[in-house]
Amino acid sequence: MALYSEKVMDHFRNPRNVGVIENADAVGEVGNAKCGDIMKIYLKIDNDVITDVKFETFGCGSAIASASMATELIKGKPLSEALALTNKAVVEALDGLPAHKVHCSVLAEEVIKKALQDYYERNGIEYDRTQFPDCDSCEHCSI
Amino acid sequence: MKTIYADNAATTKMSKTALEAMMPYFTEIYGNPSSLHTPGQEAAEALWQAREDIAACIGAEAREITFTSGGSEADNQAIISAARSGARKNKKHIISTAVEHHAVLHTLRRLEKEGFAVTLLDVQPDGSVTPEQVKAAIRPDTCLVTVMFANNEIGTVNPIREIGAVCREAKVLFHTDAVQAVGHLPINVGEMNIDMLSASAHKFHGPKGTGFLYAKRGVVLTNVIDGGAQERGKRAGTENIPAIMGMAAALKEACANMEENTAKMIAVRDRLIAGLSEIPKSVLNGSRDHRLPGNVNFCFEGIEGESILLLLDDKGVCASSGSACTSGSLDPSHVLLAIGRPHEIAHGSLRLSVDESVTLEDADYIINAVKQTVEYLRNMSPVWRDLISGKKEFTIKD
Ligand SMILES: Cc1ncc(COP(=O)(O)O)c(C=O)c1O
Repeated sequence: MALYSEKVMDHFRNPRNVGVIENADAVGEVGNAKCGDIMKIYLKIDNDVITDVKFETFGCGSAIASASMATELIKGKPLSEALALTNKAVVEALDGLPAHKVHCSVLAEEVIKKALQDYYERNGIEYDRTQFPDCDSCEHCSI
Repeated sequence: MKTIYADNAATTKMSKTALEAMMPYFTEIYGNPSSLHTPGQEAAEALWQAREDIAACIGAEAREITFTSGGSEADNQAIISAARSGARKNKKHIISTAVEHHAVLHTLRRLEKEGFAVTLLDVQPDGSVTPEQVKAAIRPDTCLVTVMFANNEIGTVNPIREIGAVCREAKVLFHTDAVQAVGHLPINVGEMNIDMLSASAHKFHGPKGTGFLYAKRGVVLTNVIDGGAQERGKRAGTENIPAIMGMAAALKEACANMEENTAKMIAVRDRLIAGLSEIPKSVLNGSRDHRLPGNVNFCFEGIEGESILLLLDDKGVCASSGSACTSGSLDPSHVLLAIGRPHEIAHGSLRLSVDESVTLEDADYIINAVKQTVEYLRNMSPVWRDLISGKKEFTIKD
């Protein structure tokens, strides 16, 4: 199907870092089953570096591929870099997404931010809330 | 790798007979049937023969058949015609169902904006509507009842004869979108009390972009395409003779072989239904008994339809889904929602629609491919994890 780039299909067919981390240092989840996509991400963090990452996705091909690509982009990276990851960077790394699928890359960006927020909360670390998505008022799923 | 095409509700492969019937009309008998010269009159004769052949397949008369560009145009014309006739008598109420094709629903929506009142009947859990529901909804100002013969997504076949009888008794026009039924189920417009019927050639191994509207003698049609006097002035445009010849040949062939084809398809359909029912937390959509011979439609909890389709495509199985991602909108299929599937379940739907060429071995291959795909996707689904760990409750009980 030519709907997706080869890169997207590769990450969809062979998703990297699928699974669960027991005793993760941080967990994030975004999306809504009602809308047809949910992403969940688990991080192991050591000295402000993401040493391991796993994800699970309920969703379409581009949701699975976006999550997979996002995990590759942050694995082994310092938290500051993960925090700076944009959905645009995910789209570019996937050689593009169809316009109506760009929201999948937004979920991938948000799920990482959610996990980092979880990490800061768990460890009582001060952080700038304005840098994080407000998922409760997000438009994505306002059906 | 073998490809198993199981998306015949979307469109079918042209039959050889249909293709061969078309060929002479491109380069040999290419005249315009409106022309007086011999090549033109040869085309006109062929056109009339096609009209007679098609009429005979549904128990109609040739002059009751209007050729259109397909099912959508036939639906549009049927509904608009009834609405215009109704409006002249100050009858501006139309009854239909929540599970119609968009060719019907969007036409009705347009009429609503023009001031018509539309009642969309809720469907039974199996996706059908009952004659009693229709009877109860008819008002003194009702000008049309339009109920699909068989549903394109879940395959449910409606009690058309009985609904037609209710309409006839109430003297209300009855139209049926029979796009999924023509060539697949026996149809006799007279016995079934049908005033108007839409059909589309590419659903019965004919060419795309051609179809017809049956309108019982006495039913006044309104043009949706204005211009020349083709089709007794009811549908302008030089006739697509090759396509019409292909459609007539395809329909004749489908009707002649209907019993044999149906038996094969039902065997494959039932094998698929039995096999897919073994998947935990799966549910069949649509009626078990009143069902198109080739239609199978399931929901699988915890996963999403588009990813099912992509993985099946990798395994050579062509199917479709009612998930939002495949419909290009935020909402999953209106049909699955109408039969009461919650959004999150409707996203995980799979439609397989077979024709007579799909074998029982193919069915076994498909069952295996679907089982593997569902299991694979569930293993990476956070929703499934929450369900099996007991954090969330299953919606599908089995
Ligand atoms: C029930 C139903 N009605 C109408 C149509 C539209 O037919 P066509 O594609 O010929 O316009 C279809 C096919 O998509 C259909 O399944």
